[in-house]
Amino acid sequence: MAQRLSVRKTLKLFIGGSFVRSESGRTFACELAGQTVHAARATRKDARDAVRAARAAWAGWRERSAYNRGQIVYRLAEIMETRRDQFEQALGIAGASATAAQREVSASIDRIVWYAGWCDKIEQVLSTKNPVASPHFNVSSPEPTGVVAVVPPPAPALLALVSTCVPIVCSGNTVVVAASHEDPLATITFAEAVATADIPAGVINLLTGYAAEIAPTLAAHMDVNALDVWSSDGEFIEKLAELATDNLKRVRRHAAPREIFWSGAKAQGLDWIEPFVEIKTVWHPAGV
Amino acid sequence: MPPTTVDAVGLEERAGVLSTRSIKKQAKIQGLRLAIACMDLTTLEGKDTTERVRQLCGKALRPDPDDPSLPSVAAVCVYPSFVRTAKAALAESPVKVAAVATYFPSGQTDLAVKLEDATAACQAGADEIDMVIDRGAFLAGRQREVADEIARVREATRPATLKVILETAELGTYDSIRRASWIAMESGADFIKTSTGKVQPAATLPVALVMLEAIRDFEYDGGRPVGLKVAGGVRTAKQALQYLVLVKETLGDEYLSPARFRIGASSLLNDVLMQLSKERSGAYQSEDYFTKD
Repeated sequence: MAQRLSVRKTLKLFIGGSFVRSESGRTFACELAGQTVHAARATRKDARDAVRAARAAWAGWRERSAYNRGQIVYRLAEIMETRRDQFEQALGIAGASATAAQREVSASIDRIVWYAGWCDKIEQVLSTKNPVASPHFNVSSPEPTGVVAVVPPPAPALLALVSTCVPIVCSGNTVVVAASHEDPLATITFAEAVATADIPAGVINLLTGYAAEIAPTLAAHMDVNALDVWSSDGEFIEKLAELATDNLKRVRRHAAPREIFWSGAKAQGLDWIEPFVEIKTVWHPAGV
Repeated sequence: MPPTTVDAVGLEERAGVLSTRSIKKQAKIQGLRLAIACMDLTTLEGKDTTERVRQLCGKALRPDPDDPSLPSVAAVCVYPSFVRTAKAALAESPVKVAAVATYFPSGQTDLAVKLEDATAACQAGADEIDMVIDRGAFLAGRQREVADEIARVREATRPATLKVILETAELGTYDSIRRASWIAMESGADFIKTSTGKVQPAATLPVALVMLEAIRDFEYDGGRPVGLKVAGGVRTAKQALQYLVLVKETLGDEYLSPARFRIGASSLLNDVLMQLSKERSGAYQSEDYFTKD
């Protein structure tokens, strides 16, 4: 049999449910332990396109029943479970040992399953009936914030990505992720799982490249409602927070600790969902 | 009659090439301001109300309350029943009131009714009349009838500006569009207009180019200058700039004015305002900060 041509994958961005090259055509070289990979290097226009896709997807995603969102998030876990080999291989190329890769993939899938269960419980748990000193029923309930820009920490590449995005998405937000340039393979492999998991196009958008280039655009973008930024560079975080003031974005800032992501107690919880919901309070006259 | 047939491949190629021109920074700002000045801000819905029309007129006068330096739009385009409302709201401003007439959008009724429709709109105070042609008659080969009808409406509506809607999506071929453009111009149109906005695809770049070339040839042929109005499907600032490029490259700078070129649109204005705001502040904008109507 004739020798086969090698078929190599072009590493692309994931915007609005499609795998696209950067509009600029640019790529960047990333030296991983196993090989050098060239991934798409997103520009601010790609970021703009991603926000547009996320905004378009938001209405449909938030209006789905919470139960259905839970089913879809669970489906993502199912898909990742069947693609374990691909994820482990990607993490291996980035330098993880076989055991470490297995451990990270398992932790990531488990985290998704955990949040899948939360989708249809968020509203009940965060809603309140408030005592007020007037003849009113006074009730509060959470609503998704909108389009959330995420700058996840660089490591652990897959687990941190999952741990930051999924709780934001499960309450009905849509996200645009400016992924770390350190390991684009994990991001793209995750995109492939998202693309095949019934998650509507535009709900999760993944941009590879340099966060330092595209995060400021996202932070200043008037159609982004919140910013979740992880970085060890305090100045960078402050700069983004300042850009975010124009439309009063919600900003959650963190240093970039690697260790907390391995701990269920620290890296998963209602407090990862709550920062990206808005509490709406309704006063209703009570018959006296 | 137009002497030539249209080279469809060459036409689409040329429209495609011209649409890739990159217009940035200062040129973009100038282009977008021109697009506003050439805009017919339109509401043609069954659910229109006087309040909505009044609101639209306010926006037509001052598109962005935060930027008084922006020009007003060229006209507001409404159904005849709202002409008086719009006229009152735009009193003493340069913004014109355009009314669609002649049994818009189908044009399927007796000539007498169409004439009545158009004259009533003029009597109500419309400065401009957007009439539809009888596409059925045109496609059936009764082109004389189409021409006569336009001429009758022309007589009945003087001195209003007459825009003739060809509804290009229903004409089928570029040759038909060129022929219909010619008939409209010979019969007295001040503007030829692509579409009602009720049939898809409405305005497209190749269609606009056919019409622009017809306008150019008609003028060379001893006719008079006629304007173009693109309408329907022009929703983004980028599209508006592409049409401006097309006009400039086909007819020249003197056609880049509201007297010779119009864009009929409703949602386009917000996108243009968002782009202008982006050029000012550097940050991409959100629809949340612009009026819906």
